Amino acid sequence: MAFNIEKLLAAPAEWPDNGNAKCPVVLMTRIRLARNLTSHRFPGRAEDGERRAIFKQCCEAVSNTGPMKRGLCVSVDALEPLQRQVLVERHLISRELSGAKSGAGVILNKDQSISVMVNEEDHLRIQVLRSGFQLKRTWNAINSLDSALESSLDYAYSPRLGYVTACPTNLGTGMRASAMMHLPALVIASQMGKVVRAVNQLGMVVRGLLGEGSDASGSMFQISNQTTLGESETDIVKRLQNVLQSIVEHELNARDKLQETDPRKLPDKIGRAFGILTHGHVISSSEAMNLLSLVRLGVDLGYFPDTHRVAVDRLFIEAQPGHVLHNSGLIKLESEERDRLRAERLRSEFANFTAPGYAKTGNN
Amino acid sequence: MNAVHRVSVTHVTLSCFFKSINPPPSMASPLKCDLCDNQATVHLTQIVNHKVHKVDLCEFCAQAKGVTDPSSFSLADLLLKASLNPEPEAPTGLRCEQCGFTLDQFEKTGRFGCPQCYDTFTELLEPMLDNMHKGTAHVGKVPERALKRKQLYDRLSELETELQSAIKAERYEDAAKFRDDIVQVREAAGMSATT
Repeated sequence: MAFNIEKLLAAPAEWPDNGNAKCPVVLMTRIRLARNLTSHRFPGRAEDGERRAIFKQCCEAVSNTGPMKRGLCVSVDALEPLQRQVLVERHLISRELSGAKSGAGVILNKDQSISVMVNEEDHLRIQVLRSGFQLKRTWNAINSLDSALESSLDYAYSPRLGYVTACPTNLGTGMRASAMMHLPALVIASQMGKVVRAVNQLGMVVRGLLGEGSDASGSMFQISNQTTLGESETDIVKRLQNVLQSIVEHELNARDKLQETDPRKLPDKIGRAFGILTHGHVISSSEAMNLLSLVRLGVDLGYFPDTHRVAVDRLFIEAQPGHVLHNSGLIKLESEERDRLRAERLRSEFANFTAPGYAKTGNN
Repeated sequence: MNAVHRVSVTHVTLSCFFKSINPPPSMASPLKCDLCDNQATVHLTQIVNHKVHKVDLCEFCAQAKGVTDPSSFSLADLLLKASLNPEPEAPTGLRCEQCGFTLDQFEKTGRFGCPQCYDTFTELLEPMLDNMHKGTAHVGKVPERALKRKQLYDRLSELETELQSAIKAERYEDAAKFRDDIVQVREAAGMSATT
């Protein structure tokens, strides 16, 4: 094994550390493909022995592909509950995998841009993520990884139904493409409801930061395609690209409008957020998300230098409960203690920030 | 009290409800609830596997059966439990030959047991796909290499059967030809030429 899970978690990651994204609104792009092996029962139905055999076979196949050569293959059983939570918070494994039966696991590459879950709902859930708005590049990367895997694994495939999946909702391409979007102005202007309805009508789904059922704290939303059968991968990607692009425009318009109609509103909110993050001593996870969201908006508006964006994005992840506990080196923390440690981490990071400059609003 | 009318087309697992556009049954001869003797005010029509089922219920029974909440209600369940209508003869007894999965299990989990299940339950699946997806046939990536490999494997096992039967029947010329073919196919499949 080239390196262990702790080293992997400490290493710089594609998201958020590779922050050369040109688009301020889209934090991260992600595509996953669901694949199954022919002549095996789906993971939910297979017995332990069969699941372990599948895991072994997939681990070998994945580790032999170019991009995963120096990757880490680890079974869920071998991970501490806290390590699993950290991986969930980084979007590298799903909650379902984190609670999976034996014979399930994940293969991760060094910069955490690729994760292949084995024996989640399907035998394989291949995921590639990229910082920023990079749908096409993400598709190209996952497409070639998938083709490389196909040369050693026999995928279950039907000419009419496409890639066969445990749940019929994933049939066909087995693809879910999504973008993590930061939409603070649409939230402040109470337009998100309208956006969600419009997006739904276009066959796309909106979720919160941590996926299904999570709330929209930090004004973070994941938007993805809903259907997988009857439309090619490239068409889905194109359509999603257009939808995302138009949401980006709406968000930017909403920001302009807020600055026009109430020029003090955003500087006030952002300045206060900066104050609490710099001087607070007890900060809950959802408060941290909302404050960081405002500072990120401040970076986009030019109140802070561009270079702060990566630091803010990293804090979005590190302020989550699993990460706070993991970084403390302790096994268990009362939630008050966790809020105190979170605030400490935020204070020390924001001590390096330059105070916001509001020149761009030109109002004072 | 307004009568509620719903029509739904269901293929056992998916229920979509619409308010009925048909006029309510004439008030002169009020319908009785199918479950008790009260006056029926909730009228449901559901099409299960191309058969129309009608149910008339009073307010209480409708509520007790969860009919008022379309998201949690399956007329199929009600029909089966109350035996108001003949069960749809469809495929409740179907079982996947490969993995033993049953329709019940699919309804509970929403997932199938193995790739083969899609052939076993194809008739149920077809109409579901229409509701679920943009189309009912795959457009997009084809795993060319895997398919090519499968084709070669299939051809190989065919040739091996032929070879055995040729040897058995002492048709040695044929056997030699099959052996040559096998070598060729094995090479094409990237396997070593001999077993």
